[in-house]
Amino acid sequence: MVLEVSFTLEATGLVKRFGNTPALDGLNLTMQPGQVMALLGPNGAGKTTFVNLVATLLHPDAGTLRVGGIDVARQPAAVRRLVALAGQSAAVEPTMTGRENVVMVARLFGASAGDARRDAAAVLEQMGLSDDADRTVRTYSGGMRRRLDLGASLVGHPRLLLLDEPTTGLDPRSRLELWDVIRSLVASGTDVLLTTQYLDEADHLASQIAIIDHGRVVAAGTPRELKRRAGRNVVEVRVRDLSALDRVAATLMAIGDGPATIDRPTHSVRVALGADTERVFAALRPLDDTGIAIDEVSVRQPTLDEAFLALTGAPKENVA
Amino acid sequence: MSSVAIAPPRGNAAGLCVSSGQIARRVLRKFVRSPQLVIVGTVQGAMFLLIFRYVFGGAIPLPGTNYVDFVVPGFITTGVLFNAMYASAGMAEDMSAGLIARLRSLPIPRSAVLIGRALADTAIQVWGLAITVAIGFLVGFRLHGSWSAALAAAALVILFGFVFEWVFVLIGMVAGSAQAAQGFALIVFPFSFVSSAYIPVATMPSWMRGFAENQPITVMVNAVRTLTQGHSAEALLGHPTSYFVVRSLIWSVGLIAVFAPLAVVKYRRG
Repeated sequence: MVLEVSFTLEATGLVKRFGNTPALDGLNLTMQPGQVMALLGPNGAGKTTFVNLVATLLHPDAGTLRVGGIDVARQPAAVRRLVALAGQSAAVEPTMTGRENVVMVARLFGASAGDARRDAAAVLEQMGLSDDADRTVRTYSGGMRRRLDLGASLVGHPRLLLLDEPTTGLDPRSRLELWDVIRSLVASGTDVLLTTQYLDEADHLASQIAIIDHGRVVAAGTPRELKRRAGRNVVEVRVRDLSALDRVAATLMAIGDGPATIDRPTHSVRVALGADTERVFAALRPLDDTGIAIDEVSVRQPTLDEAFLALTGAPKENVA
Repeated sequence: MSSVAIAPPRGNAAGLCVSSGQIARRVLRKFVRSPQLVIVGTVQGAMFLLIFRYVFGGAIPLPGTNYVDFVVPGFITTGVLFNAMYASAGMAEDMSAGLIARLRSLPIPRSAVLIGRALADTAIQVWGLAITVAIGFLVGFRLHGSWSAALAAAALVILFGFVFEWVFVLIGMVAGSAQAAQGFALIVFPFSFVSSAYIPVATMPSWMRGFAENQPITVMVNAVRTLTQGHSAEALLGHPTSYFVVRSLIWSVGLIAVFAPLAVVKYRRG
């Protein structure tokens, strides 16, 4: 039997209330096979609620949610075979070893004792935990626990992996290690839906980003598209002599789309331009005539931070 | 929009037996590997038994029986309540740590989590019962009834453990955190002390005696007491063994009928 489905995930008008507070307020989202989608948004935007609905831990109040074509509200048991959950909402047992944890979840997914041991060994290897597999999880670092948590959810061969804030609270090195593991999963063909408050995480891992605010998707697209939609290229000029900074700023202001930003400590001036790249060269020509010593000129796309602000209108403080 | 073929979910997920067994195994592993729980629980139980046996015991005169024979059945029965506190703390911890969320997202029968835990906690109850009985015999407790009656008493105690499992698992889920669960579980004190477990209820003020005589712990303790002590206990308590056994069974069925469905509903709602 083979199922024909067009979407890994499809949410239409999804509503979930806690008391009178809507956590999801008519959320629409489509995720196609072969994608890694990041749900990006501030705390309280509804990211975890959405993940818990997909994982069948919650029941929607209105709207429809399908995973692999199966209605989550009508056939939750069938959906549970397609998805696996890891991250802040899931956990491992600290008094058991890494191996025991993974074997238990494999057995619960229906593997025989022998298969469970074999699958667990493979997953532990993939997570880089083979050497620590027989230590109790109590002795693991935070990063190791997260990798074990991820491994435990993979052992059931899910079609869709749900990662709820997978790196929140990790130190930078553990975070990079976890990113590597997630990337390797993506390469091996698992669809991933991850939530994050970190713009760089979404940028690094996701092929699609949905920005969520107040329980709705306010913007969705590839990281590139979102940045482009948010705006304009940025020209940044770094001068050798600090005294020339104001003159450069005046020149850039004349050709830019907005006010120039002067950053004295780094000897640089920044200005936003329209989307046309030709204008970048036009912008730089007058500078050439001034004879000012210029160390560096860079043209870049806006960062996702800048895109997020432009698309939600939220002050940056609310993002973290 | 592309259309791709996905493989159907592989095979069947674990059935009720395998999944309950795996959950039970986890609870037992956790218990065995937390020596502080095993040791503290055992030492605490032993200490209270020694205090009652040797410190208070001499001041409590009982016609026709020894205090040690009176109080050890009380400890054996109320031990079930104190061991059940572990169940509520464990359940609360699993809820708050997110382990329950993971289990609920797995393709296993939802009842497996509660059934597995109930099985494991009952096994822990048997362990607690064995310890209390052993200490009881060491400090002079003796059987004065038949062996078959003593075995029936042991079976009743295990049944009581299973009964209170549902009450305390529900408390654990409602409490939400292990500390809060421990707080709620203090309810065991009025039920164990305002009962016939440690002293005869006759000396209590009449309003308190009304509660003590009609609450389940007293009935359960007296059932175990009459089964292990025979005629002397029947004479002391004023009713035959069957009177207490039947009433304790009625209480057991009633408590399970109320609390097991409540626990299941609470678990399903999350």
